[in-house]
Amino acid sequence: MSKEEKQMELVCPAGTPAALRAAADAGADAIYCGFANETNARNFPGLNFSPTELADGVAYAHAKGAKVLVAINTFARAGSIGLWRQAVDDAAACNADAIIAADLAVLEHAAEKHPDRRLHLSVQAAANSPEAIRFYSDTFGVKRVVLPRVFSVPEIAALNREIDVETEVFVFGGLCVMTEGRCSLSSYATGKSPNLTGVCSPPDHVDYREDNAGRLLAQLGGFTIDSFEKNTPAGYPTLCKGQFSAEGRTGYLFEDPVSLNAFELLEDLAKAGVTALKIEGRQRGKAYIAGVVSGFRRAVDGLATGTDAGPAIAALKTFSEGGRQTSGSYKKTWR
Amino acid sequence: MTATKRIELALGPCFFNWSADKLLDFYARIADEAEFDCVYLGEVVCGKRMPFTDTVWPQAIERLERSGKTVVLSTLAQPVSKRERNILKQQASYDMPIEINDMSLLPSREARPFTAGPFLNIYNEASLAFLAKQGAVSWCPPVELPLESIQQIAALVPEVAIELFAFGRLPLALSSRCYHARAHGLSKDSCQFICERDPDGMNVATLDGERFLAANGVQTLSHACHVAALTRDHLNTSGIQRLRLSPHMSDMVAVSNAFREFLDGALDAAELEAQLEGLELPGPLCNAYLKGEAGWKKTSLPA
Repeated sequence: MSKEEKQMELVCPAGTPAALRAAADAGADAIYCGFANETNARNFPGLNFSPTELADGVAYAHAKGAKVLVAINTFARAGSIGLWRQAVDDAAACNADAIIAADLAVLEHAAEKHPDRRLHLSVQAAANSPEAIRFYSDTFGVKRVVLPRVFSVPEIAALNREIDVETEVFVFGGLCVMTEGRCSLSSYATGKSPNLTGVCSPPDHVDYREDNAGRLLAQLGGFTIDSFEKNTPAGYPTLCKGQFSAEGRTGYLFEDPVSLNAFELLEDLAKAGVTALKIEGRQRGKAYIAGVVSGFRRAVDGLATGTDAGPAIAALKTFSEGGRQTSGSYKKTWR
Repeated sequence: MTATKRIELALGPCFFNWSADKLLDFYARIADEAEFDCVYLGEVVCGKRMPFTDTVWPQAIERLERSGKTVVLSTLAQPVSKRERNILKQQASYDMPIEINDMSLLPSREARPFTAGPFLNIYNEASLAFLAKQGAVSWCPPVELPLESIQQIAALVPEVAIELFAFGRLPLALSSRCYHARAHGLSKDSCQFICERDPDGMNVATLDGERFLAANGVQTLSHACHVAALTRDHLNTSGIQRLRLSPHMSDMVAVSNAFREFLDGALDAAELEAQLEGLELPGPLCNAYLKGEAGWKKTSLPA
């Protein structure tokens, strides 16, 4: 069967063992998760897995026919690489199906010590071109690359014609506006960033206060970057989705507070040779996981059976930031 | 005890959309008047700008080399289009020093020497050691990497020369979206090269009216101007051989002179900062990334 004809794999997030079970029950083909430390890019309090929880999660997922991919996708801290190497060894010991990594040091360790374990290139590696992707596959045996959100669908199709490895693309959830893995905006405001500490716009640096007109002002690191009228829902001040003023105008300079939903493009992505579809949201609860995974399960199956998943996907709007959605960079006009 | 070593000065690549004439004048003056040991040049931010400056580089390189400076071709940080990728392949084969800012370029360099630029995600000793095996002889760390980490890496990978980003607006982020175009109601494909209006970047302020960031096409920089006022002794013990000053509209000859005097012990840190503040910098001074704190802050550094 050619790359184009195969049904696309649905890759779903899990921040907790309960979310992992919910994803497996809702029909995920694969579930990605991370350890409860700074080795993964969703290093939030109360989230993620111990090695024992991961081993149990792998057993549960495998019984349901789903794979488990372990994200060890931050950049190892100087002098502490042992923590990242240990995470790779633990993931292998838990019988995880693949390791998702970005750091050269982590990739090198995984390739040397666990050559039979599947290795996926994290979006944090920002592999933008066939040359970069071939470098990672030739050097470390990477089998799949999670594409940074810089490509339009025709560009993904062209890319797939030039590479031998599988591609995985984001289809739903929070949307990085900057190229993943190449953004230090968060540490500039707060001292913490995805690459340094596995967090972006961390909650312990967020503050809300009311101004004289009763509007709620949202601050990150002491910078006021959003404002909400009285009695309207207040959003979270993620740095790249804040309001700023430039050239005499105030607004969402980088991106509106929207979430990605590429449902309408699934058929195009299949034709473009994409192997796997990724749902963002390891920080989200069970209801989100169950709802989004089953909606996209129906959508992916619908590509083969012709069943309309439109209503199921429309119901996911409540899970999107501010209830608003975009197809992001997949349409060239986004740029 | 090792003897005190002279710290070299490098001029980083210009991030902004300066006209061909402005670039030629700029590098001519750098060649004639500034005490840089090394000059990085080339378009790093946006492939769309390349056709306008292609003719600049051979002339600038010739002029700078004649003045005894080492010239390094700095390369595109986010190549995507076929044209951009072909340009990178050509550049990799040049018989001159190059700086790699994207992993795309690594295979075509075929293990010949290169500088690992600040846009590569090198955060630890093992990843730098890996790049050293691939030909990295010099490394400019990502701007958010704390000095403590750089010191640890320097001690463990002594074969790579370390060049610290020491002056200028901090390059913080890259995107596929052009914020200059977006701010002017345009798209990247029809951008009209509007970024040329802001030779130090477009000011971006918070809702409190506080200047915070600077947009430069697909790149976002800090509003504040980073200054690493680390003494020669401190740099020596940290394993840092060179400081990188990033071009701005400020008088870069005066900036480099101030740094040279500081590194040679003729100015102290406070005097260096005072001199720089008199030079119409694009923003207030900052330096706290070096201590692992929020990058916009200004903190006291150990002498």
